[in-house]
Amino acid sequence: MTAETGIGARVKRKEDQRFLTGTGRYVDDLPLARATYAYFLRSPHAHAKIKSIDTGAAKAMPGVVEIFTGKDTADAKVGGLICGWVVKGKDGQPHKAPPHPVMALDTVRYVGDTVAMVVANSADEARDAAEAIKVDYEVKPANVDLAKAFDKGTPEVHAEAPGNLIYDWEIGVKADVDAAFAKAAHVTKLDLVNNRLIPNAMEPRAAAAEYDKGTGNYTLWSTSQNPHVLRLILSAFVLGIPEHKLRVIAPDVGGGFGSKIFCYNEETMVTWAASRVGRPIKWTAERAESFMTDAHGRDHVTHAELALDKDGKFLGLKVDTIANMGAYLSTFSTAVPTYLYATLLAGQYTTPVIHANVRAALTHTAPVDAYRGAGRPEATFVIESIVSKAAAELKMDPAELRRKNFIPADAFPYQTPVALQYDSGNYPPIIDEAMKMADYKGFESRRAEAKSRGKLRGIGFSSYIEACGLGPSRVIGQLGGGVGQWESAQIKFNPTGNVQILTGAHSHGQSHETTFAQLVSDKLGVPIENVEVVHGDTATTPFGMGSYGSRSLAVGGSAIMKAADKVIAKGKKIAAHLMEADVADVVFEQGTFKVAGTDKNVPLGAAVFAAYVPHNYPLEELEPGMDENAFYDPSNFVYPAGTQICEVEVDPETGVVEVVNHTAVDDFGNIINPMIVEGQVHGGIVQGVGQALMENAVYDKETGQLVSGSYMDYTMPRADDVPSFKLGNKVTPCPHNPLGVKGCGEAGAIAAPAAVMNAVHDALAPLGVTHVPMPATPQTVWQAIHGGK
Amino acid sequence: MYDFAYHRPKTMAEATAALKGKPEARPMSGGMTLIPTLKQRLAKPSDVVDLNGIKELAGIKVDGSGVTVGAMTRHADVASSADVKGAIPALADLAGHIGDPAVRNRGTMGGSVANNDPAADYPAAVLGLDATVTTTSRTIKADDFFKGLFETALEDGELITSITFPKAEKAGYMKFPNPASRYAMVGVFVAKTAGGVRVAVTGAGPCVFRVKAMEDALARNFSADAIKDIKVPADGLNSDIHGSAEYRAHLVTVMARRAVDQANK
Ligand SMILES: Cc1cc2nc3c(=O)[nH]c(=O)nc-3n(C[C@H](O)[C@H](O)[C@H](O)COP(=O)(O)OP(=O)(O)OC[C@H]3O[C@@H](n4cnc5c(N)ncnc54)[C@H](O)[C@@H]3O)c2cc1C
Repeated sequence: MTAETGIGARVKRKEDQRFLTGTGRYVDDLPLARATYAYFLRSPHAHAKIKSIDTGAAKAMPGVVEIFTGKDTADAKVGGLICGWVVKGKDGQPHKAPPHPVMALDTVRYVGDTVAMVVANSADEARDAAEAIKVDYEVKPANVDLAKAFDKGTPEVHAEAPGNLIYDWEIGVKADVDAAFAKAAHVTKLDLVNNRLIPNAMEPRAAAAEYDKGTGNYTLWSTSQNPHVLRLILSAFVLGIPEHKLRVIAPDVGGGFGSKIFCYNEETMVTWAASRVGRPIKWTAERAESFMTDAHGRDHVTHAELALDKDGKFLGLKVDTIANMGAYLSTFSTAVPTYLYATLLAGQYTTPVIHANVRAALTHTAPVDAYRGAGRPEATFVIESIVSKAAAELKMDPAELRRKNFIPADAFPYQTPVALQYDSGNYPPIIDEAMKMADYKGFESRRAEAKSRGKLRGIGFSSYIEACGLGPSRVIGQLGGGVGQWESAQIKFNPTGNVQILTGAHSHGQSHETTFAQLVSDKLGVPIENVEVVHGDTATTPFGMGSYGSRSLAVGGSAIMKAADKVIAKGKKIAAHLMEADVADVVFEQGTFKVAGTDKNVPLGAAVFAAYVPHNYPLEELEPGMDENAFYDPSNFVYPAGTQICEVEVDPETGVVEVVNHTAVDDFGNIINPMIVEGQVHGGIVQGVGQALMENAVYDKETGQLVSGSYMDYTMPRADDVPSFKLGNKVTPCPHNPLGVKGCGEAGAIAAPAAVMNAVHDALAPLGVTHVPMPATPQTVWQAIHGGK
Repeated sequence: MYDFAYHRPKTMAEATAALKGKPEARPMSGGMTLIPTLKQRLAKPSDVVDLNGIKELAGIKVDGSGVTVGAMTRHADVASSADVKGAIPALADLAGHIGDPAVRNRGTMGGSVANNDPAADYPAAVLGLDATVTTTSRTIKADDFFKGLFETALEDGELITSITFPKAEKAGYMKFPNPASRYAMVGVFVAKTAGGVRVAVTGAGPCVFRVKAMEDALARNFSADAIKDIKVPADGLNSDIHGSAEYRAHLVTVMARRAVDQANK
């Protein structure tokens, strides 16, 4: 297609027209006739026995339609929520899977656990009535401190998981690693906490459901990243509504970052109750509910050790991690600190032996699951922190130490000692480029200049690897994953030549409507304005797996390319017929079928028209119509990699850290729309800076109250907290997907925390500070400097 | 939000009448604090008396001795007022750093001072400049106005009508924002007026307070160096996940020094 809209062009986002003019349509915008409104009564306690619930007075309140408690759902045999990934521990046993009822039965297990659902004529009346429900709680001691979750005497969250242990899992051969450490010239040790984060999508979670008595069909509108997967879980495990009787629609969704992958109790309850009350039910989380009940992210306590030889070559890595699962296992929670974390611990390096032990713990806190990067930010933070610490201890240049240990370009495909086989990559040119862009050479003079202003300047590296675009499905199945990891696409031409791309991926900020349209426009030569991307509705799109793990382009885009190939193959046959030529002689160039060496040609539009009005058409050999379906199952993960360099200035008097420079050079394979990719990297870096310097989900260690339960206390990064970023890219195309693409959605957030924290450590090194916990808030930094309170 | 009766008086007399005899009635100015409180159901007023219809309450007047700001004057108007910038630039600067543009375009000085949030900015200016609060029934000196956590000298039904600030020879305000809310975690207002030198601290304690030792030192020598070794005790200061009492105490000295530098610019 034309260079302005094809692959590689900075096409402006099609979706922005409606998003920027306030005409997007979100779940809460949905007008539903005779709608009722749900309000969920939440537990104010982290751990308590429910002695009784009295809904009598509440039921008599004005506008109340119905009130449900855990007893009602249990009596109606509503299934529990599931964890869809079975992780087998060292003992070969599957992880402990305590029940996860949609509403608490006799025990509440975190602040925000659901106790009752009120359905009323208005949201206010529902809330008024909820206040009139009398719950008699017997408050019990809570288990909130992750580091102590397994200690004797710590209260148990579920009897099914003795000692709060969900699994004790390992990867790598411990004896080999011990042997490597025995030969080490230097061992660097690191204790760190990967701070817990609250996702904070701009649009809170929402659900609306309707039951059609005439057909017995349910429709659920949900803020979901993967409507088909949600339907599958609700149908097969939780509600038993057959898939063909349940339509799930995820319309415009305002951000998810992972938190909207999972199947939550509210959307389940709204669907279930819609048939009970005989009217549609709507629910939109209040911001405080989002803080309390969206699945949180990260939350690890880790000890790591890196063994090096006398020249600085890595000999082995040992990692011991406790990962917080919260009070119940969310949909993919078990996989995050295992297959998405420990398998990444080789990073960009040739570390020959690695052993990781991960223990998953229950605590009386909100469930923890995938959040932008999911496991990979945690892995990168461990590796890139310990590598920089080793460099500091050995008085080596941090870039030099990294370079010394990079997997060489000629070693790909490269088998790591932690299961993954990296398909492609070339790391040294990336760090070179990043150092050039960041003017690494000039850093010491900038440090000196900052010092003259009373500021401590530091620089930090983070060379990350990530594995995304999960697959193949066979491997996911072997590792315990409960779903396939292919993606679907359908390219549906209309007789007049315009196109709908139906994708199983879902866009909630990823700009699929633009990127996917570019693919098809480029490949088939259709003007981009004639291409529409359709997603998010189980009734109109083919079954798909949705969007998470930077998979949409690598997997979903590949499916689109496969479908486009089928369009071309069919079009060739039609064109051959129209041109009275041999199919083998027909070529497709820039939207037109041609017979090589002649001036015969049939534009794609004409072939499509012939397919729908088949008056001159090979009906004996070919079906009419132009509507092609494809499913694509990847043969490997994709492995984006890159280096970020962060420069900070610390005000030693106040502890304030300012990010003054931030450079990111990435290898995302081929790039379809550089502007969109840059936007993804910008957002990711800001989230990473947020984790490094600001964001922290804090529960009171005694009471389990969520202290950082609003924007008054949970620090979100703002635009003025970051400088303009310097971005670059290097391309090694992915060898195993048709577009040669990798993923870019999470990279920024994966790499940034270590880059920022390494810069903070570098800045404070002259003061003798060796450890600053994350997030490096002003108070934390000040305390690190002053060793004080 | 719970139900309440809504009034929109056009005059002060009507406003006072609407509040009279109703201990659970609340006046509303910008609503930037009151409305979130209502939405979160943390307050259950019987009546809300909206002061936005009372023209006489907004506006800025300057005379030889100082600046008088009407209670309904928005933060944005204080921040951009040439009169305020001319007489007390630090006050305009302070107003320009409250919240975000939406908050500054709605929030009012009267509402902020009446609310006396321990982390609000204006109380530091009111106390630091030794301002006078005029109400529907009297005038109250700043030292007598701020009583404690969210507590003021205002009686039920008594409304702030304006606040008068004396002209400052020198004044400066330095705010260390709470990283999350960007309210003041520690904000220090220093001023040298005809009445002497004052140092008022907001954010650090349960209520805005003065630091006598710093005032004395600055009266002798109005320079940052003069107070660099003066520490406020951490005892009784606020402590939360963003800052311990010790950290806040430390920041008081740092911000006070920087405020003096600002005032001397
Ligand atoms: C996002 C956000 C950020 C903010 N950041 C800051 C900040 O950085 N610094 C800061 O100082 N403030 C901040 N604020 C608060 C803001 O300045 C408010 O405007 C102010 O606290 C209250 O002013 P208001 O006019 O909106 O009062 P309202 O909300 O209308 O009223 C507040 C209280 O004062 C009473 N009241 C109102 N007017 C009068 C009157 N004339 N006489 C007697 N009582 C009265 C009301 O009954 C109520 O109890 C922020 C607010 C928000 C929402």
